[in-house]
Amino acid sequence: MPDSKAAPEQPGSGGARATLLSLRGVGKVFSNGVTALSGVDMAIREGDFVSLLGPSGCGKSTALRLIAGLSTPTSGAIERPGAAGNDTVGFVFQEPTLLPWASVFDNVWLPLRLRGVPRAKAAPAVMEMLARVHLERFAAAVPRELSGGMKMRVSIARALVTKPRVLLMDEPFAALDEITRFKLNDDLLDLWQDQRFTVVFVTHSVFESVFLSTRIVVMAARPGRVFRELAVEAPFPRNETFRTSPAYVALCRRTSEVLAGAINSTAGAGHGGH
Amino acid sequence: MAAIEHPARPLDAEEARRVRRERLERVGKWLLPLLIMVLAIWLWDRICVWNGIPKYILPRPGVVVQTLYSDAGLLFSSLLVTLKITFLSLLLAVVGGVGLAVLFAQSKWVEMSFFPFAVVLQVTPIVAIFPLINIYVDNQTAKLLLCAWIVAFFPVLSNTTLGLNSVDRNLRDLFRLNGASRWQELWHLRLPAAMPSSAG
Repeated sequence: MPDSKAAPEQPGSGGARATLLSLRGVGKVFSNGVTALSGVDMAIREGDFVSLLGPSGCGKSTALRLIAGLSTPTSGAIERPGAAGNDTVGFVFQEPTLLPWASVFDNVWLPLRLRGVPRAKAAPAVMEMLARVHLERFAAAVPRELSGGMKMRVSIARALVTKPRVLLMDEPFAALDEITRFKLNDDLLDLWQDQRFTVVFVTHSVFESVFLSTRIVVMAARPGRVFRELAVEAPFPRNETFRTSPAYVALCRRTSEVLAGAINSTAGAGHGGH
Repeated sequence: MAAIEHPARPLDAEEARRVRRERLERVGKWLLPLLIMVLAIWLWDRICVWNGIPKYILPRPGVVVQTLYSDAGLLFSSLLVTLKITFLSLLLAVVGGVGLAVLFAQSKWVEMSFFPFAVVLQVTPIVAIFPLINIYVDNQTAKLLLCAWIVAFFPVLSNTTLGLNSVDRNLRDLFRLNGASRWQELWHLRLPAAMPSSAG
């Protein structure tokens, strides 16, 4: 893979980047006795696009909730040297999770509204975000009038309207068809390169994680743990050319092999979650 | 719709049947209930005639209509009183039911403590409570209001409570992540989410 030797850095980031948040020996045991996570070490650096990849039940969503501060670890610690806390986090759920009674504009306004920003004052930021996700003409529409992909765009606009430093995404495109998913992948990378936030992206798709990430954290189940970290050494911008390149295929194959190892490492466990 | 009524190409047998059925259903939705109503009134009239029921036991529908017309003045003022009681008690039920539901939504403990009382109040037949109300309450309007309120209040309370608690978990997480206060969550999320279920 001669063409994949390029530095994994995204444009403009020179040298070592500051650690934004790190998980140190993080474990989570639920009250029903299930060990969701055990001894997870992970460092997210400024400007990273990190995918958490693994089979269901490997605790990747739990890890995301812990990073978001929606849940607290049973053991270990999450350090946020580069972030002030919740205020710098944007979250995109698996479903669009929009307010069904509110317009697209009002949905994107919501995070600012909850921070006390009045409508008129929020309007420029909201409209800018809507333009960034190509929905400026749909500001007055309500969610039920939109397609699945458009709803997810609104959800992304809402997560980014507060200009968070970290964007957390929990299998955001899993329910979308492939064509829509590719388009949203492209748009997400554009946004990421443009606005320089850090992404932690939960997925169970090898192809998606390789296409998007600078780094993939492969996780294994029972108990949920980090199996291996992979650097995705392919330059940005990544586009349709990358998606069909031999380098991409090779990276996918390598990642699939590691994922297969992670799945096999779950001793004697069948499929099926909780 | 126009595309169905005037197809560009001839419909196959199955599609034609479907179109015919849809058209019939559209008409039937209005016509059938009307027909049943007319039939019921006719039957009522016939039963009175066949059994020779005197009109002070069960008047024939014609007599009812006639009386509605001839005693309109008296009946209309009574109707106003009934309507006033109905709407006033509905208003009180909505205010009380939504208010209490909001209180319940603030604290699981409050809900657990008081909800069973509301259920007991609901399942006790109004005829069982009325004699007591009759003794304790002097004012005639207040008496009626109280009865109507007891009946109307519970559905509002239980539906609103259900609606307030049925909010999508992810949306609540979203509010938490954005540092929403309890009041903001209630106003921007729980109340709008509860609206259709208390109205329905």
